Amino acid sequence: MKRSLRLARVLLSVQYAYMLEYRAEIALWALSGLLPLIMLALWSGAGAAADLSLSPAELRRYFLAAFVVRQFTVVWVIHIFEEDALQGRLSPYLLQPLHPFWRYLAAHIAEQATRVPFVLAIVLAVWLLGAGASGWPPPSTWLLGLLVTSLAFLLRFLLQSVITMACFWSERAAALERLLLIPYLFLSGLVAPLEAFPPGLRRLALATPFPSMIDFPARLLSGGEVDLLGGLFTMAAWTALLLPLFLLLWRAGLRRYAAMGA
Amino acid sequence: MAIIEVRGLGKSFRVADKQPGLGGTLRHFFARRLKDIPAVRDVSFSIEPGEVVGFLGANGAGKTTTLKMLTGLIEPSAGAVEVAGFRPFRRQASFLRTITLVMGQKQQLIWDLPPLDSLRVNAAVYGIPEPEARRRIEELAEMLELGEELRRPVRKLSLGQRMKAELLAALLHRPSVLFLDEPTLGLDVNAQVRVREFLADYNRRTGATVLLTSHYMGDITALCQRVLLIHQGRLFYDGSLQELTQRLAPYREVCCDLAAPYPPEAFAGFGELESLTGQRLRLLVSREQLTATISRLLSSFPVLDLEVNDPPVEEIIGRLFREGAVG
Repeated sequence: MKRSLRLARVLLSVQYAYMLEYRAEIALWALSGLLPLIMLALWSGAGAAADLSLSPAELRRYFLAAFVVRQFTVVWVIHIFEEDALQGRLSPYLLQPLHPFWRYLAAHIAEQATRVPFVLAIVLAVWLLGAGASGWPPPSTWLLGLLVTSLAFLLRFLLQSVITMACFWSERAAALERLLLIPYLFLSGLVAPLEAFPPGLRRLALATPFPSMIDFPARLLSGGEVDLLGGLFTMAAWTALLLPLFLLLWRAGLRRYAAMGA
Repeated sequence: MAIIEVRGLGKSFRVADKQPGLGGTLRHFFARRLKDIPAVRDVSFSIEPGEVVGFLGANGAGKTTTLKMLTGLIEPSAGAVEVAGFRPFRRQASFLRTITLVMGQKQQLIWDLPPLDSLRVNAAVYGIPEPEARRRIEELAEMLELGEELRRPVRKLSLGQRMKAELLAALLHRPSVLFLDEPTLGLDVNAQVRVREFLADYNRRTGATVLLTSHYMGDITALCQRVLLIHQGRLFYDGSLQELTQRLAPYREVCCDLAAPYPPEAFAGFGELESLTGQRLRLLVSREQLTATISRLLSSFPVLDLEVNDPPVEEIIGRLFREGAVG
């Protein structure tokens, strides 16, 4: 246990130092994740809050929370893994007694830590522009919301890791991730809160893991009504499905690994 | 008891077989044809603990593929491998703690950070306590003549400094089996010599087993008493470097400085003319004819200086492959 904690501490601190080298790039990434705030402007401009069965204040809080959740659930493991596999950098990782995905996970967490100041600045700016004018949920809700956001990140990381395993069969597997981008954007709650969806579409969305990645944590974070236990159970169920699938594909993939470029 | 045991090892890669041109591209798109390319075929050898063995062969001969199978990076298609009592492809943690692989063309150090950061990560990954890790880093850094370089971003280091830092990272967990794939590739002569000296010293101090591939014969002659020669995926020599030289080079190199210039034709019948630069003559002469040829040279030409050497090993191996004497 002590050894694992030390390993986590060292991995995170070194990855954080590495990410700080790219802070300008990370600031741009943070800015590129403004979609929820653009959607907020669109929905507010159209005066459509009522159509979404939300008050204007709830709508503002939801999209601001969706922005925060989106910022801390960005996953790019498929891109880095594909590059590492093609360039031969995966080989040294495979020869160490640590699953390479722990490194990637640490890199993501370190990248999120680097984002914090930029995200806070954007949230503050939007808050001052009026999104927070109608009050904000208590700190306990915030804390719970952030905890669920972390779980949402882990679920998204796991889902993308499963897709990443296609890299063992195809040299350009990242294209698969782009295929998933459209359902992710529309079914996760980034474009509109799930409760505003027509019933059929909502049922379809809830049959996917995407709402757990944005809608559920964002509604929790914004103080909206949520079925906390039901949401956590859904996350656990998807994890129980995806984790063994990932491990299975990992083992099968390693048998195909040709250590290219190494 | 052998620390590396390889029996009937084979590896084939399945690759796409595509004809050039638009027609070939379309046919390939609709009906992809694949074929199996054997990279390593029926290779067997064993290595005792503490041995330093050179693994020789031309590009594409199968050296790196064999190393990848020995380290567990890729799964063999045929045969059996055992390293330190482990089957490498299972990649058990205790096996990974026993070995290391250094690839001259690849790096494990984090490019934008100083090597010390990567070393901290390695120490934590291998569970080396911090004070012990510091002690080992100091010891290895001293052997490798590394100091301030460990605190500079890797991207700011010279190739030689980077390679030495890579070696330090690869040896921090004190592996007992070292697989080195072109560890001196691209280094200048001084850096090559330093890396060789370090490896010899490491082997002496720790008794580690080393399997080394290199294009520089200097690495092999300086470090290895035994060599494995592989060509087109097949092992065709396993023995001492000296015996290889004797067996495959039944001739010696005679170098003379002449007092006057002569045309190349003048040396017909004196062996194989390697070069004639000004008054400097290099001949390859069979061992049986050596004494007689030298006597004839001395009596036929005004020789100022004469020396007899074994030809360079890279020349022997290059000649061997060129002449198709393998297989």
